[in-house]
Amino acid sequence: MHAHLRLARPALQAALAIFCSFTALLLSGQALADWQPQKTVEFIIPAGTGGGADQMARMIQGIVAKHSLMGQSIVVINKAGGAGAEGFLDVKADKGNPHKIIITLSNLFTTPLATGVPFNWRDLTPVAMLALDEFVLWVPADRPYQSAKQYLDAVKAAGPRKFKMGGTGSKQEDQIITVAVEKSAGVKFIYVPFKGGGEVATQLVGKHVDSTVNNPIEAVAQWRGGKLRPLCVFDTARLPVTEKMTKTMAWSDIPTCRESGLDMDYRMLRGIFMPAGVTQEHVDFYIGLFRKVRETDEWKTFMKNGAFNTTFMTGDEYRTWVEREEQRHRELMAEAGFLAK
Amino acid sequence: MESFQLLFHGFATVVQPFNLMVMVVGIVLGIIIGVLPGLGGANGVAILLPLTFTMSPTSAIIMLSCIYWGALFGGAITSVLFNIPGEPWSVATTFDGYPMAQHGQASEALTAAFTSSFVGALFAVLVITFVAPLVAAFALEFGPAEFFAVQFLAFASFIGLGRGSPFKTLTAMMIGFALAAVGLDTVTGSLRMTFGSTELLRGFGFLIAVIGLFGISEILQTMEESLTLKGKDAKINLKVVLQTWKALPRYWVTFIRSVVVGCWMGITPAGATPASFMSYGLAKRFSKEGDQFGQGKIEGVVAPETAAHAAGTSALLPMITLGIPGSPTAAVLLSGLLIWGLQPGPLLFLEQKEFVWSLIASMYLGNVVGLLIVLTTVPWMAAILRIPFSIIGPVILVFCAIGAYTVNNAAVDIIFMMMFGVIGYVLKKLDYPLAPLVLALVLGDMAEASFRQAMLMSQGALAIFWSNPLVSSISGLGLLMLFWPALTWARERLRGLVAPRPAPTKPA
Repeated sequence: MHAHLRLARPALQAALAIFCSFTALLLSGQALADWQPQKTVEFIIPAGTGGGADQMARMIQGIVAKHSLMGQSIVVINKAGGAGAEGFLDVKADKGNPHKIIITLSNLFTTPLATGVPFNWRDLTPVAMLALDEFVLWVPADRPYQSAKQYLDAVKAAGPRKFKMGGTGSKQEDQIITVAVEKSAGVKFIYVPFKGGGEVATQLVGKHVDSTVNNPIEAVAQWRGGKLRPLCVFDTARLPVTEKMTKTMAWSDIPTCRESGLDMDYRMLRGIFMPAGVTQEHVDFYIGLFRKVRETDEWKTFMKNGAFNTTFMTGDEYRTWVEREEQRHRELMAEAGFLAK
Repeated sequence: MESFQLLFHGFATVVQPFNLMVMVVGIVLGIIIGVLPGLGGANGVAILLPLTFTMSPTSAIIMLSCIYWGALFGGAITSVLFNIPGEPWSVATTFDGYPMAQHGQASEALTAAFTSSFVGALFAVLVITFVAPLVAAFALEFGPAEFFAVQFLAFASFIGLGRGSPFKTLTAMMIGFALAAVGLDTVTGSLRMTFGSTELLRGFGFLIAVIGLFGISEILQTMEESLTLKGKDAKINLKVVLQTWKALPRYWVTFIRSVVVGCWMGITPAGATPASFMSYGLAKRFSKEGDQFGQGKIEGVVAPETAAHAAGTSALLPMITLGIPGSPTAAVLLSGLLIWGLQPGPLLFLEQKEFVWSLIASMYLGNVVGLLIVLTTVPWMAAILRIPFSIIGPVILVFCAIGAYTVNNAAVDIIFMMMFGVIGYVLKKLDYPLAPLVLALVLGDMAEASFRQAMLMSQGALAIFWSNPLVSSISGLGLLMLFWPALTWARERLRGLVAPRPAPTKPA
């Protein structure tokens, strides 16, 4: 009996030690892993294939896959109907689903305000601001205008409804900027809406319109090709990219519109939202994921090529920003008469 | 001469074993995507885009553009066999391709379709290789007024074609316009005819309507008539391919006309779908046996397929040279370029020589490989028609449902598809033509947007459609086509009279 015990004790001790360390491992493992997606994550794009939001979402999908940043894969789904309303309504209806995220354009604010379709960003859970997309005032390179002031003086001298401003969609960001320019400079354009940013840039190169407010990435190819000239950027500070894009100019050489005497600025949110009713754990996972995405070289090159404003925000700071931006859009659109009746 | 050197360098890159493998994989995937109705080239390329992240940009573009060629080829298969267009640009192929299959000539129709596709693509690539910079500048001439003139020409070359009552043709067209207007209006940014329903926000998808109107209604009709697929006595051997090839050179005029229409539509960029309709309309109008179109004329397969493939291929030209996508698929390829770190646009030809010329070389090789692959499948495809309807019927229905779902990832679209099936069945029974409805549905949206953009620019003056030589000549051509039936009628009346009166002035 005694001998038995003597033999058994070390075995028992060993078993106990193994048991304890397993428990510790399990506990610590749990603490480390938090929540992980259990199945494929749906990434909704409230816009068509080939546009700016689509590019960014597919870029993220590719980066996540290439660097294995997540155990599950991402599937990108375009839901463009009704100026993106279809996509937002889809996420709104999927309350509590942690396997769904959506990337936004300004249509997060403009679509419900202009069409009256029942959704609001408060029906979603804000995750993170990935970047802000800039807007630049462009004219064809062979026009004589060298600055925004010269151009707007010419528009003013010609009288109302003589110069044509091309833009993407109606009652959306491009037209809102146009109206703000008109108000600030005391001019009146003919605003011509087209389906996509690429089409708008092409119409400008073909001189079917006189100017546009294309995003940098939509017009950069034509700028480098010597077909377009940037006059000013609608931000509060100059763009940070100092690398030469043409022989003489870098993004940072474009003056702000404020410098040119236009009392206005505008940037577009490229942010991520989730359905309502998800836990903080779910949100934290995606914040962590996007932090890792931002660290990759591919993302940094993408940001540089598109001259994006790379501000990153999460939590309350992000929520406050979105709130303020919504209020601003409501005011701008009310002034322009774009609100749904 | 430098371009020759670069092109041969491009060929050298493309025939590397890995790139060849990628090419074959791409084409086979593309054919599958083309065969599945609904899963179009743009969606297919977008889905497979992330796959290419780990490849070099050159291999990646070869794979994705080959998916595109495959989809262009594959779209014809279901059009001919089951009257279900796999892609929007194969709708016009059903008009004569399906009747041919019903007469037991499925193999001939498929061979003609594939060969025409190849010819169209080949000429378009030649255009890209030799006159790219010249032609690219032409694309920039097109503003809203020019686009509307082109769309008007597409309508006009199609409008006087129907044999049935003009009233029924007009009614069908108006239904098409009404359906096209549902959803968000780009020009005012407000919703139209959605009646507060969130499902109608995206409007009626062209493909969903077409799968229903053509495919489902055909199945309903087959069920009513005989429960068997017609045309099961189709010859199934590769000899048919050679016999069909012997007959094809006779239609060289149709080939040339369709290639011109296709390249023009692809470059401007109006797209492959209007090109196929316009080419079919012109072929019917100028053929000596125009009245037999729609009953299984091989020319009626040659014309739309040649134009569609020429347009689809030349749509890549403005993408490469100007950074403008000529088609939805080209738009996705364009975002691919950006993701791979390349900048499309005027400088691509200078900065990324290897990439551009490998792409062009892969267009030549990809289409040759594609043609070989699809031609060997012809007997297998024709053999499908021998499967009893009780088996193949449900399978087709399931594929249609999957297709309708994939267009927008929306289950409600399957219900819409079935509704369109019933509508198509009823319209056929009442002898209303479906082609004008479909034409209005696909072009109505674009034509309306262009017209209203042009009206905004001219502040309401119609003179904008006569404001420069380019737009004037297209508008003039459109009017001429519109009044062609009246002119022919007038000429015959005059000839019949003993004492001809002075010719009537041109109606305008």
